[in-house]
Amino acid sequence: MTARAPVLQVRDLAVHFRVDTGSLFRRDYHIVRAVDNVTFDVHSAETLGVVGESGCGKSTLARAILGLVRPQGGSILWQGEDLVGISEEALRLKRREIQLIFQDPSGSLDPRMTVGEIVAEPLKVFYPSMSRLQIRERVAGMMQMVGLSPDQINRYPHEFSGGQCQRIGIARALVVNPRLVVCDEPVSALDVSIQAQIVNLLKDLQKKLRLSLIFIAHDLSVVRHVSDRVLVMYLGRIMEVADRDSVYYQARHPYTRALIESVPIPDPVKERQRARRSLEGDIPSPLNPPSGCVFRTRCPYAIDACADRVPPLETLDDGSQVACIRHEELAEKWTREAESDPTNNQVSS
Amino acid sequence: MLSYSLKRLASAIPTLFLLITFAFFMIRIAPGGPFDSERALPPEIEANLAAKYHLDEPLVVQYGRYLWNIARLDFGPSFHYLDWSVNDLILQGAPVSFTLGLLALLLALAIGIPIGAWAAFRQNRAADYSVMSLAMVGISIPNFVMAPLLILLFAITLGWLPAGGWEFSPSRMVLPVVTLALPMIAYIARITRGSMIEVLHASFIRTARAKGMPERSILFNHALKPALLPVISYLGPAAAAILTGSVVVERIFTIPGIGSYFVQGALNRDYTLVMGVVILYGMLIILFNFLVDLIYAWLDPRIRYDEQEA
Repeated sequence: MTARAPVLQVRDLAVHFRVDTGSLFRRDYHIVRAVDNVTFDVHSAETLGVVGESGCGKSTLARAILGLVRPQGGSILWQGEDLVGISEEALRLKRREIQLIFQDPSGSLDPRMTVGEIVAEPLKVFYPSMSRLQIRERVAGMMQMVGLSPDQINRYPHEFSGGQCQRIGIARALVVNPRLVVCDEPVSALDVSIQAQIVNLLKDLQKKLRLSLIFIAHDLSVVRHVSDRVLVMYLGRIMEVADRDSVYYQARHPYTRALIESVPIPDPVKERQRARRSLEGDIPSPLNPPSGCVFRTRCPYAIDACADRVPPLETLDDGSQVACIRHEELAEKWTREAESDPTNNQVSS
Repeated sequence: MLSYSLKRLASAIPTLFLLITFAFFMIRIAPGGPFDSERALPPEIEANLAAKYHLDEPLVVQYGRYLWNIARLDFGPSFHYLDWSVNDLILQGAPVSFTLGLLALLLALAIGIPIGAWAAFRQNRAADYSVMSLAMVGISIPNFVMAPLLILLFAITLGWLPAGGWEFSPSRMVLPVVTLALPMIAYIARITRGSMIEVLHASFIRTARAKGMPERSILFNHALKPALLPVISYLGPAAAAILTGSVVVERIFTIPGIGSYFVQGALNRDYTLVMGVVILYGMLIILFNFLVDLIYAWLDPRIRYDEQEA
């Protein structure tokens, strides 16, 4: 890991939602800790992948960074300035530097605006001094950069395919020259063949424009392809943060390991030989999470001590972080197993 | 768009034809005749009247004659208002009802849409609840209650405005226009609020927020147009209804509009007058629904009526 300066520092971030459960005569509510005690950094020009099952708080995390939901605690330091608690207007102006790409490519575009208007709109707000001609040129250039033909500028979103709509979404996000782009499941609504195009486009643009990306996905192979580092979330908490390769070859947390084992190997012979320890059961209700380690109810290695306290996110020698009280003994166990059975737990590329 | 418009207008002709046919035979089926009164007329006079108004001919011949006259825009003599033709009655009353209705319509739009949108932005807060309860009251109070109340307050107690009568002056028009507009304001506000709330939850509004649009431009550039679609579709038939006048409001404020002809014509078995207002109303409905469709296409580029563009 290079010692680049972090552009975004998230510290102890907590986003809680109130769910009213009372009846007409009795007021009652539960607190859902959608994101709890989340701490991580994003460095300049790096891609941080965020993975986890549905409902683990990935999207809430993305929205909190953009200020679309207000966190209950912690801080989000953007180049040293805390975004938690600043005014709506100040937060809005930060969107020039932090942009978001959404999961639903066609639904997130206004069906009543042409592509040109959609891409130009942020420019008009953030660069009011730009002339019409400059805006037009910039929009056309942006469309070209994301692989759309500039002569499609007067078309409407419904005239484009899902993949093309996502290209429009990317152009719209990048047109203001942001430093950080949060991609919330940008390809999960697309066909696999289109996914690759969009992922590669994002990767190329990230290199070319030296962007920082937070890439949220539930598809581990996609995250693996784009990320420099990977953050694994479960039930609103961070389980593990590590360099991409160490996550995929040397997972420290039992949950990460289970996730990686669940990725199918595109080779039927190997797939059949592989020993799988798939996760049992469902994610517990976030209304009532387990005590201590939230993963313990589904963890094959859980011991009584796991229920006692929340495992801290420990930083290891190689810079990875893991939240598991048994990570040391498990690492030894898995190394022994891997030595005795070389085919096991190897993720093919 | 032009070819679509022409097609639509052409298709209005068979619709009107069906309407005329249906209305013509319906009113003839109704018991009684235009010249019935408490005292039976001598048979000779009755025969004379029937001959004068061609009521002695077979119904099919009358129908044919009527169609032929309408094709020449002649709606015939009124059976009840002697010496008046239906054309004269409508030409004299319609501009009054139109003016009144149009003003009420504009007032309702100008007030209903902003308060509906405002309530949507304050969804489930005190402002929203109070505006919407007020709107519910506005919808529930019938105009024959509202009109006397307004007259009592503004004309009699305060003495600010005249209680009735008609001339083209603001002070005379305020009360009837307000009476007509109030339930519409309430209705439009409720529709606008509902659709606005739906639109504000759409993904593209979330995108607009995420890309850093100020709330004002989110409202005007993204949310307003789609939120207005249901209002527009309500306005088609509502405009036709309000422009043809209101019996109650015209009666209470003694306004010489055409609203009362709908009821009076039917009660008097004034065949030609009933046909005249039915045709007028039908044409307005067809016209406004056509306009609604055009406005739809303008508000939503996904709606395209010309096949070749698809």
